[in-house]
Amino acid sequence: MAQTLLQVKNLHTIFPTDSGEVRAVNGINFSLARGKVLGIVGESGSGKSVTAYSILRILDNPGRISEGSILFEDEDIVTLPPGKMRQIRGARISIIFQDPMTSLNPVYTVENQLTEAIRLHTDRNRAQARERALEMLQLVGVNEPRKRLKQYPYQLSGGMRQRVMIAMALACEPDILIADEPTTALDVTIQAQILELMQELKDKLGMSIIMITHDLGVIAEMCDEIIVMYAGRVCERGTADEIFYNPRHEYTKGLLRSIPKLDYGKEKLTPIGGSPVDLLNMPRGCAFAARCDSAMKVCLTQQPEEIAINKDHMASCWLNVRDGGEGGQANG
Amino acid sequence: MAEHLLEVRDLKQHFPVKTGLMKTRMLKAVDGVSFTIDSGETLGLVGESGCGKTTVGRSLLRLYKPTGGSIKFKGQEIDDSNIQGFRKQMQVVFQDPYSSLNPRMTVNDIVGEALDIHKLCGTEKERDEKVVHLLELVGLNSDHKRRYAHEFSGGQRQRIGIARALAVDPEFIVCDEPVSALDVSIQAQIINTFKELQERLGLAYLFIAHDLHVVHHMSRRIAVMYLGKIVEMAPADEIIGYPMHPYTQSLISAIPVADPKKARSRHRIVLEGEVPSPLNMPSGCSFRTRCRYATQQCADETPQLRELRPGHEVACWNPQEPKSF
Repeated sequence: MAQTLLQVKNLHTIFPTDSGEVRAVNGINFSLARGKVLGIVGESGSGKSVTAYSILRILDNPGRISEGSILFEDEDIVTLPPGKMRQIRGARISIIFQDPMTSLNPVYTVENQLTEAIRLHTDRNRAQARERALEMLQLVGVNEPRKRLKQYPYQLSGGMRQRVMIAMALACEPDILIADEPTTALDVTIQAQILELMQELKDKLGMSIIMITHDLGVIAEMCDEIIVMYAGRVCERGTADEIFYNPRHEYTKGLLRSIPKLDYGKEKLTPIGGSPVDLLNMPRGCAFAARCDSAMKVCLTQQPEEIAINKDHMASCWLNVRDGGEGGQANG
Repeated sequence: MAEHLLEVRDLKQHFPVKTGLMKTRMLKAVDGVSFTIDSGETLGLVGESGCGKTTVGRSLLRLYKPTGGSIKFKGQEIDDSNIQGFRKQMQVVFQDPYSSLNPRMTVNDIVGEALDIHKLCGTEKERDEKVVHLLELVGLNSDHKRRYAHEFSGGQRQRIGIARALAVDPEFIVCDEPVSALDVSIQAQIINTFKELQERLGLAYLFIAHDLHVVHHMSRRIAVMYLGKIVEMAPADEIIGYPMHPYTQSLISAIPVADPKKARSRHRIVLEGEVPSPLNMPSGCSFRTRCRYATQQCADETPQLRELRPGHEVACWNPQEPKSF
């Protein structure tokens, strides 16, 4: 059996603001096994990036984790002192940010940025770190790596910068790579190259990946397991096949219906009505109820619990209670 | 013969770029593009960033002054002297609903501005009614009139942009990546709105996007651009089902499909290398540096569009067997 590497339990991340407390992540649970790819999907504002930042404890002020735990090899990241956290960050858990244009420092060379992490986390000296940086650039398929080391980010194309970001994230051979929309800013042909590369490196280095994206296509290509998030909560989680072929939350079903497909006819798309929920003004019941066609009375008043559909699949939707017949009659 | 609504022939748009102290080179953003659009039809234009698709849209509207070629609307050549008259018939919806609406104007002003400029409404009352009618047409209501752009979500803002374009009763709209800044669930709403409006008002669209799924869903025909040129043009189902240009094939195979079983079994053509700089284009076919089928001929001669199947034009010396992905 695959070994659990990371376990997130009842995580709450809040941002106190002048107009109230924004609960960006509102009690989520999941675990990640070694060597697996976990996908987190959801629209903007659903809390996927905040989840990632919570794991690395790089939340922007005034955001903070208010409740819950994140167990990384049985150590709770939430309560680690900053010094210890620094040893994990970048060395054992690292991240690729969405925008390769802004996440590299424009005034330092590629070499400078690549070797910084290597020298910080390993006992290599300058020359050795430089060798390692060179090796990493080769690994991620950057052409003319020796020349690239001396260049500044503005001299590189988008795909190239994203490769440098990946090289930087992988330089210390992390156990977990968090990829926050790693290909959203890239063109499809470059995206295909980067996804291919990530898969290859995962097999070669045996790491786990948390893939955050809103693109269901990328999720389908990359992930073993999927978490669907809406308004800071997990609506549904399970294996890729379960989520795509047996969705049991109305939001997931809506998402799958609303993407145009190449091999289907051009019948009208079925969009999800309404607009995303206001995080400052969260409803008492299910956050999706206002946009849900099948909403029942109970959905408006009570937050649905996670219900096991089968051993590979959990969903937080009252409709499953009625379908499964457990937990009594839910619809009023 | 029926006249085309829009006929573009050999459109060129070159921009001077300073490459040194005294040196200027021409960036050929669009280099000899020809196509037609009929009344009520949608032509999809796809390609990766930097291929010139947005420039084509802007040159059509003469937001840039084209370097060469001709643009005819209803058989009449458009030039600087008569463009004002055409502005009423050709409109545009921009990509970014956040930066394309003036934050200091109310929706009433944004949508009504075009009505004032073209003096389309005689009285204040008439103008009011027209604005409300336009808002209702795109799925907003009269309550929204007095609000500012920042009070709306991305999808609603894009609706305001559409209402603004429709204010002058155009026959043709350039849609420049109108849904790429929106979340998937909202994307579908806006796509449906575009389709409904087309049916009701008989609009023709040039639908520019990098997302082939969206373009396929919207368009009757699709043109694929690479570095300033159209490399393949065909009916929408034909281009998805039977792509023949090596670039189109790899583009289609690179799109992730939202279907895990299919994704696992699919063969993806991953392109080598990156898009060459448009300042330093390869000779002959501009795709040859990334093409696995390139021959000497590709370096020596530039391929032109040829009709290889009915209605299916390909610009390639070594067109491939059509195959689906």
